[in-house]
Amino acid sequence: MATGIRDKVVILGMGCSKFGERWDRNAEDLMVEAFEEALADARVERRQIEAAWFGTAIEEQHVGKSGVPLATALRLPYIPVTRVENYCATGTEAFRGAVYAVASGAVDIALALGVEKLKDTGYGGLPQRSRGTLADLYWANISAPGSFAQLAAAYRERHRVNPQDLKRAMAHISVKSHANGAKNPKAHLRNPITEDDVLKAPMVADPLGLYDCCGVSDGSACAIVTTPDIARGLGKTDLVAVKALQLAVSNGQEAQYGTWDGSYFATTRAAAARAYREADLDDPRKRISMFEVHDCFSVTELVTVEDLGVSPEGKAIGDVLDGFYDASGKVPCQIDGGLKCFGHPIGASGLRMLYEMYLQLGGRAGERQRPDPVLGMTHNLGGFPSQNVSSVTIVGRFGA
Amino acid sequence: MPGESGILSFGAYLPRLRLQRKSVAAANAWFNPALKALARGERAMANWDEDAITMGVEAARDCLAGFDRRSIGALCLASTTHPFDERQNAGVMATALNFGSALRSTDVGGSLRAGTSALMAAFDAAAVRTSLVVAGERRNARAASAQEMHYGDGAAALLVGSGEPVARLLGAHSETVDFVHQFRARDRSHDYVWEERWVRDEGYLKIVPTAIVGALKAAGVGAATIAHFCLPCTLPRVTPAIAKRAGIPEAAVRDNLSAVCGDTGAAHPLVMLVSALEQARPGDRILLAAFGEGCDALVFEATGALAGFSPRRGVKTSLARRKEETRYEKYLAFNGLLAIERGMRAEVDKATPLSVLYRNRNMIEGLVGGCCRQCGTIQYPRGRYCVNPDCNALDSQDDQPFADLDGSVLSYTADALTYSPDPPAYYGMVQFAGGGRMMADFTDIDDGRVDVGMPMRMVFRIKDADLARGFVRYFWKAAPA
Repeated sequence: MATGIRDKVVILGMGCSKFGERWDRNAEDLMVEAFEEALADARVERRQIEAAWFGTAIEEQHVGKSGVPLATALRLPYIPVTRVENYCATGTEAFRGAVYAVASGAVDIALALGVEKLKDTGYGGLPQRSRGTLADLYWANISAPGSFAQLAAAYRERHRVNPQDLKRAMAHISVKSHANGAKNPKAHLRNPITEDDVLKAPMVADPLGLYDCCGVSDGSACAIVTTPDIARGLGKTDLVAVKALQLAVSNGQEAQYGTWDGSYFATTRAAAARAYREADLDDPRKRISMFEVHDCFSVTELVTVEDLGVSPEGKAIGDVLDGFYDASGKVPCQIDGGLKCFGHPIGASGLRMLYEMYLQLGGRAGERQRPDPVLGMTHNLGGFPSQNVSSVTIVGRFGA
Repeated sequence: MPGESGILSFGAYLPRLRLQRKSVAAANAWFNPALKALARGERAMANWDEDAITMGVEAARDCLAGFDRRSIGALCLASTTHPFDERQNAGVMATALNFGSALRSTDVGGSLRAGTSALMAAFDAAAVRTSLVVAGERRNARAASAQEMHYGDGAAALLVGSGEPVARLLGAHSETVDFVHQFRARDRSHDYVWEERWVRDEGYLKIVPTAIVGALKAAGVGAATIAHFCLPCTLPRVTPAIAKRAGIPEAAVRDNLSAVCGDTGAAHPLVMLVSALEQARPGDRILLAAFGEGCDALVFEATGALAGFSPRRGVKTSLARRKEETRYEKYLAFNGLLAIERGMRAEVDKATPLSVLYRNRNMIEGLVGGCCRQCGTIQYPRGRYCVNPDCNALDSQDDQPFADLDGSVLSYTADALTYSPDPPAYYGMVQFAGGGRMMADFTDIDDGRVDVGMPMRMVFRIKDADLARGFVRYFWKAAPA
């Protein structure tokens, strides 16, 4: 009988590069920036790392394939390096690989590092690329904002919401994230914005305007993980443990089978239910101290807080407008500024979210610090609402 | 084959955009003020994703409503603007229409008579096989030319064979004369045109009457008995003059649709014939003539079956389904006459792996999905395992064509980021009435006029143009029903 991951693995150290348009840096520089911080934080040496997982999604845009770019950049001593890619959950997948390796007893200390160098395409937005030889022949001409924008139409229809209320709640989500990002020196966008800015921004994909969309950035983040016993042996106290690591992947039902109405993420709901069981957590709205969701677009965040069960179904607009998810609210969402302000270097994002949870749980989040957090949750969503990969990760104080 | 030979069915398609000629004249007045004389009415203008094949498919679907596609033995696409010089254009249509491979198929081109010549050939074989004759054109003209004003885009289809015809062919005659009123060499995009007065006097007024005399003689009927005289000709007063000379009643001269559609080239004789059949009464005689390096002339007689023939979209409804287009620049861009900066997103390589396309041709070009024999779930695309999570049976699906299923919008967006020749790109999830769904590109959308629940119909269109190699990718899109 599987016992799950809860409290079997702890985070020994983490690092996160400055996110942004890093015109003067290669992917190698970003990796080193995150890795150096994590090494210093973990107080271990490179040679103590026994295995590594390397997350990068659009590798043809920067480092190319395989584990070699990581091993070479960090001069890892002929250890196993596994390159992973799973849409926008790529960074979390790297983390999952490292955590499972430690939990299995195969290694004592493992590294997860994600990186993406997106700003070398010559244009804004995510790189436009082939989706496979067959998919290119029949997939609609979709972009990321265009596919996620459709959540809004379907959500309005399901919950009988008028478009202005929905748009206003979406605007509040972005205003809140910018207020948080302004306080984060590693964020890409650090400018506070107003609801008016959001509502008047140029349309990208109806009803998503420019400020409903996250930025596109370069960045890297990493984690070094081990067992609680080894961490204590290395002198660590106030351990941050992994409580749940779940992933759900679409199998064609949403895209092809007539039961999904387009207004929610079936994968997130499945992953969240399993994650709460794994973490032995029954009421996320009360128990989760703060969380980072995959706010690639404002409407994604709005729908996701319901899919994660933090807001009751159909009630996210009220919670958002009431400030429930603000930095000063009951359960802050994107307290670091989120994808909205960090941008979304795909391979790095999941680890960047964990980095903030880790800082908060260790009381090291500076002016963003929440009082006495116990559990933090991160969520990634890759692909399109009708066909995606969703991850839910819970971390918290060891033993809590 | 049982029954009498004749036209068993007909259909047509005109693109909904109607370029306003006054917009063309206004834009070009600085250069060619004479265009003002032509600045009346509108012409059918293909959307960026339409060509002779896609419009032909629409005309064919209109024509085939209520007919068993397995009964069709031959398919012909007549055009002077076939998208491919090599790769049979009719073959693309045959796959889109799910005709199966046991089929005679031909492309006929080279002349504005291509449509009527194909029709005559189909009649020659009517006793032994049923032929679908389709003529479609997306015509090219230089900016600021008179042709740009005269031409239009569209398609028509006629089903010819034995059965219960709505019209029978009484007789036909062809004149082949190398009278070159316009030409287009193989490597050229646009027609080179000689002086109208010569074309009128030495061409139309001499060659067409000869063909008409021959056809009437072959039919064994007098000119005075003709109720509908169809002759595509944009030169003023020529058709009435020919009618008068031949003894055809003045009232029989049919409007050439110039004011509302334009001249659809090799398709136009068939477009005018369909229009005549829409209005003809049983017993009416129809004379159809097509001019181009000679002349084809055909005499038809509507039968009693025409009275009970189920209505088609045809020309009449196509004409009613219109959207005025006053943006001449858009027409120029759609027709490659304006070098638009498409942006870097348009640089993505659109190479089509032909082996992948072939392996999946029914799925892609025929829009064929699956229907599970065990649970009845219909699905697109068809996987090896049924998508129903309570079934998941292996290899349990029969072919399920999706093209004619009624759909509706489940979710949608207007995307200004992704590259589209006509931004914003509309697309969304389309749910089909009997089950099954797909994320589909939308086309023929009016800005702001799409919503959840809107009824949609699947249409065969250009998905992508591979400009580097000259290939065209076709697929199905959802259009407002």
